Amino acid sequence: MSKKDRMSGNEAVAYAIRQVNPDVMPAFPITPSTEIPQLVSTYIANGEMDTEFIPVESEHSSMSAAVGAEAAGARSMTATSSCGLAFMWEELLVAASNRLPIVLTLVNRTLSGPININCDHSDGMGARDTGWIQIYAENNQEAYDNYIQAFPIAEDKRVHLPVMVCQDGFITSHAVQNILLEDDKDVKEFVGEYHPEEFLLNPGKPVAVGPYAVSNYSMEAKYNQEAAMIRSREVIKEVAARFREKFGRGFDFFEEYRCEDADYIMLIMGSAAGTAKQAADDLRDKGMKVGVLKLRVFRPFPAEEIAAALSKCKAVAVMDRCESYNGHGGPLASEVPAALFMNKVYTEVVNYVYGLAGRDFTTETAAGIFEELEDVVENKKQVRQCTYVGLRSKEGQ
Amino acid sequence: MRTDISNINEQSPCEDLTEGLMIFAGGTSKQFKTGEWRVATPVFDKDKCKQCLLCAPVCPDGCIPVHDGRREDFDMDHCKGCGICEKACPFGAITMTS
Ligand code: SF4
Ligand code: SF4
Repeated sequence: MSKKDRMSGNEAVAYAIRQVNPDVMPAFPITPSTEIPQLVSTYIANGEMDTEFIPVESEHSSMSAAVGAEAAGARSMTATSSCGLAFMWEELLVAASNRLPIVLTLVNRTLSGPININCDHSDGMGARDTGWIQIYAENNQEAYDNYIQAFPIAEDKRVHLPVMVCQDGFITSHAVQNILLEDDKDVKEFVGEYHPEEFLLNPGKPVAVGPYAVSNYSMEAKYNQEAAMIRSREVIKEVAARFREKFGRGFDFFEEYRCEDADYIMLIMGSAAGTAKQAADDLRDKGMKVGVLKLRVFRPFPAEEIAAALSKCKAVAVMDRCESYNGHGGPLASEVPAALFMNKVYTEVVNYVYGLAGRDFTTETAAGIFEELEDVVENKKQVRQCTYVGLRSKEGQ
Repeated sequence: MRTDISNINEQSPCEDLTEGLMIFAGGTSKQFKTGEWRVATPVFDKDKCKQCLLCAPVCPDGCIPVHDGRREDFDMDHCKGCGICEKACPFGAITMTS
């Protein structure tokens, strides 16, 4: 039986961690994810869970310890944000290439500089090519649900890859919202026990993890890792279906909100999807056919599915909460049009950069973007790609 | 998936490699013949050797076998030819040749 409660995103994830009760959690505090290890430590101190919590001296160490613990055969996880994730960079790649199903709960915060503690996706996006599966949440409920689904995805034999479960810093992590919590028993049953086949602390069955590989082996190893990422697609779908069957909610790669007959679609990730949905409702009331495609799974990138979902509308706004500093737009601005083109879908695309370092993204702003899309299609309005939404500029963007 | 890694070689297709290139055995460095890398080769002069055993512990690859307190000839399967042993020997019993 689900239980109604109200919680912040950090509290929701900590609650899920208590329910999963992983074997090892090394962690180092960093705003805005600090509460997660803090709340887990409290659960442990109160005897409500028996995870081995390792207070380490940095994120470089927390991911290293998670790698070591997971290789040893322990179900391992950690939490971080922003520069903490950047400091884990080397180990993130080690975790993925050694095929260790670690779960990382990331509370998205901008990267320095300017130094700032608020939300954007530059931390997670910076790690987009590290070989981790990445799942983004719109709200506390999804952060909770995604965390529970992370282990069955990561630990599936077809996958054996680490999973990053992302939620927006402060907006989701600290705002208190209603939530449905599942019974401990049901969550444990859903996640299952962890019985790795090969691990270091396995008497009589020696194994070496992470050996040096000469060129004649490395390329094959990298291809095998990519093949696992491709296989994870079916596993993500299966786990989402099983979750929906058991708990009655959730999506696989993305949510299509009022997209069915939409002329204009906004593709967006994270908490701002809620704002976009409200704007879509407001415009629908005025007769404008608009919808929101909320991307949940960014890695593996569901290119074909996105192309199919965007094939019937007139124009798409692709929203990046991140700058790539490449003169060519953020990660979604690069990957979504590529997905459309490769699948021969030639829908009009306008890319926008929004909400950097916690800048507000309002329903009015979202509505303005939908209206601009209409202007592009109906009146051939020339718009600059990758415009910064709400930027103060003398050019009057 | 436990695989006998001696069945894997540089011609093996990717499907036959282990996950994350994990190695399912201990002491497999023996099978890795680092001697192939060698460009200079130490030559052992038994007659000059005083069996002081200063050379054996400094070899980074453990290529100077010692039995019953006496060193034997080099393990050429694994000696990389670094020349450290030549420098360590006080009696000129090791000479590097190319
Ligand atoms: S040359 Fe180097 S590797 Fe070879 S035996 Fe001497 S110390 Fe060892
Ligand atoms: S250091 Fe020279 S003399 Fe001493 S044991 Fe080695 S080879 Fe013999």
